[in-house]
Amino acid sequence: MRIQRFVSRSFVHFAVILIAFLWTLPTVGVLVSSFRPENDVKNSGWWNALKHPFEESVWTFKNYADVISANGLGEAFVNTLVVTIPATILPITVAAFAAYAFAWMRFPGRDWLFAMVIGLMVVPLQVALIPILRLYTQTGIAGTFLGLWLAHTGFGLPLAIYLLYNYISQLPGDLIESAKIDGASDFTVFMRIVLPLSTPAIASFAIFQFLWIWNDLLVSLVFLGTNKVLTVKLSELTGSLGNKWHLLTAGAFVSMIVPLAVFFALQRYFVRGLLAGSVKG
Amino acid sequence: MSSQPQTSTGPRSRSNVETVRLLLVPLALIISILVGRWSLGVMKDAEAPRLLVVGVALLVGVFGIWIAYWLCNEVLNLIPSETLRERIRPVIFVGPALALLIIYLVYPTVMTAYYSVLDKNSEAFVGLDNFKFAFTNRTIQIALRNNVYWIVGVTSFSVIGGLIMAVLFDKVRYEAVAKSMIFLPMIISFVGAGVIWRFMYASNPPGVGLLNAFIGNFDFKPVAWLINKSVNNIALIVIMIWLQTGFCLVILSAALKAIPADIIDAARVDGAGELDIFWRIIIPSLKTTILTVVTTVVIAVLKVFDIVFVMTNGNYETEVIANRMFTEFFRNQNYGLSSALTMILVIAVLPVMIINVRNARRQRG
Repeated sequence: MRIQRFVSRSFVHFAVILIAFLWTLPTVGVLVSSFRPENDVKNSGWWNALKHPFEESVWTFKNYADVISANGLGEAFVNTLVVTIPATILPITVAAFAAYAFAWMRFPGRDWLFAMVIGLMVVPLQVALIPILRLYTQTGIAGTFLGLWLAHTGFGLPLAIYLLYNYISQLPGDLIESAKIDGASDFTVFMRIVLPLSTPAIASFAIFQFLWIWNDLLVSLVFLGTNKVLTVKLSELTGSLGNKWHLLTAGAFVSMIVPLAVFFALQRYFVRGLLAGSVKG
Repeated sequence: MSSQPQTSTGPRSRSNVETVRLLLVPLALIISILVGRWSLGVMKDAEAPRLLVVGVALLVGVFGIWIAYWLCNEVLNLIPSETLRERIRPVIFVGPALALLIIYLVYPTVMTAYYSVLDKNSEAFVGLDNFKFAFTNRTIQIALRNNVYWIVGVTSFSVIGGLIMAVLFDKVRYEAVAKSMIFLPMIISFVGAGVIWRFMYASNPPGVGLLNAFIGNFDFKPVAWLINKSVNNIALIVIMIWLQTGFCLVILSAALKAIPADIIDAARVDGAGELDIFWRIIIPSLKTTILTVVTTVVIAVLKVFDIVFVMTNGNYETEVIANRMFTEFFRNQNYGLSSALTMILVIAVLPVMIINVRNARRQRG
C-alpha cells in the first residue's frame, strides 16, 4: 500500500514537471536564441548554448540593439504605448459610468439596453472592419491614433460594462442610498464612493484590456496606417527577415517584455479577472 | 426663530457659488472645446512633430475623457428644474457608452449584413451570390473545413488537457508555479507566438528547429511542418492549444477547488478510487463550468486570424475563414465576399449570443 502510494505520487510529480517543462520549452528556446551571436544561431540548435553557459562568447546583446534601431522596433514600441495606454483608460472610464447607471440609476429601457450589451459581447469584431474603415475615410480620422483608440474602446466596451456591472451592482445599496439622502448627486456618489470601491474590478479589467490591445494585430493593421505598432512590425519582419532567427527571436522578446512584466507583477488580478469574465450565468 | 439668520446667509452664499458656477462652467466648456479642436488638428496633421503628437495624444486620451464627463455633468447642473435634470442625467452616464456601442458594433453589423448581399464594390444587389460562391469555391471550402478542424482540435485538447492538468496540479505543493508556466503563453501575442513556433518548426537552416532536431534523433528526415499538407494544419492547431490550455486550466482549477472537500473524502472512505472520483464526482460537478469554457474557446477559435496570417497566410491548404475574410477585404478589395464571410462568423456565434442574453435576463429577474 505504501509502495503503491509512493509510485502514484512520483508519477504525479513526474507528470506535472514534464508538462510544465514542455509548455515552457518553446519560449525558452526563443529567449536563449535572442542572446546568441548570429553565426551560432545559424549553425547550431539553441540548446547547444546551454552546454557552455558561462563562456562569454556564447552570449551577445547585439541582436537587441539591431532590431530596436535598424529594424524600427524601438519606434514601434513607442507607438504601441501611445495606442495602448489611452485605449485602456478610455473603455474603463466609459464603461464605469455606464455600469453605474445600469446598476443604480432608473431610466426607461434600462433592461433592454443591458441585454444588448450582453449580446454584443460575442459579436466578432471583424464586422466592424469594412464599415468603420469607410466611416473613417469619410471623416478623415483614418490612420490616426484617435481612430484606433475609439475603435478599441468600442470593441472592449461590452465586456468592460459586463464585468464592472457585476461588481458595481453588488456594492452595498445602503451606502449609496444614504449618500444620496445626504444630498450627494449621482456624479459625486460615483466619483467618491463607487469608483474607489471598484478598484479591484477595474484593475482586473485594465490588465485584460491592456494585454489585449498590446497584443492586437488585426485592428492596428486595418486602422493605423504609417504608425506601426509592435505586432504589425513583427509580423512584417517574419516575412522580410525569413531565416534571420537571431533578429526574429530578439524582436519577439521586445514585443513580449511589457506583457511579461504586467503578468508577473499583477498575476493575481489577472486570474481574478479571468474568473469573473468567464462565469456567464 | 433664532436660526433665521443662519438660514438667510445659507441661500445667499449658495447663490454666490451658483453665480460663480454660471460663469466658470461656460468658460471651461469653451476652453475645452478649443483645446479639443486644436489637439484633434495636431493628431490628424501628418507634418506635426512626432513628440508633440505623442504628448498631445497621451494627454487627451488619458485626461480628456474625465474632463468631458465632468463638464457635461456641470452643464447639466445649470438646468434649473430638478426633475428635468435628474431625467437627463442617465443620458450622461450611459450615453457615451451606447453611442460607441452603436457606432462600433451595431451599425457595422447591420452594414456588413447589407454589404454581404451587394457586389464586390458594394454597388449592385446580387442576392445570395456571395454566399453561394463561398460555399462552392474550393479555397473557401477548405477554409470552412479547417475551421471545423480547429474547433474540434483546439477545444477538445485544451479543455481535456486543462481538466487533466487541473486535477494533477491540485495534488502538488508547487501548483501555483506550475500553473503560471502553463498560462504564461496567454499573455503572448499571436504574432509573438507565431515567431516562437516558426522557430520550433524551422527546417531551414537545418539543425535549428527543435522539432526537426528531435525527430532527427530517431533517424527521421526533417519535415517542413508548415508546408507539408498532411501535418501543417495540425502544426498550426497545436499553437492555439498551447495558447488556450492555460485559460481552461485556470477556470477549471478554480471550479475544482470549489467542490467541497468532504464529498471527495467521503467517497475515498467508501473505497472509491481516484478514477471513480474523477468520473463520478469531479466531472458532474464541473459540468456547467466545462460548458462555459467550451463556448469561450469555440468563439475564440472561430475568430482565429493572426496565427494563420503570420505562419502561412492561408497557403498550402491552411486557410481559415477569418484570414480569408481579411485577404478578400484588404488585398482583393472584394467587399461583398468579405462581408459574406464575416456574416458566416456572426451566424455561427448567434446561438451563444441568444443563450447569454437569456441567462442574463433571467439573473436580473
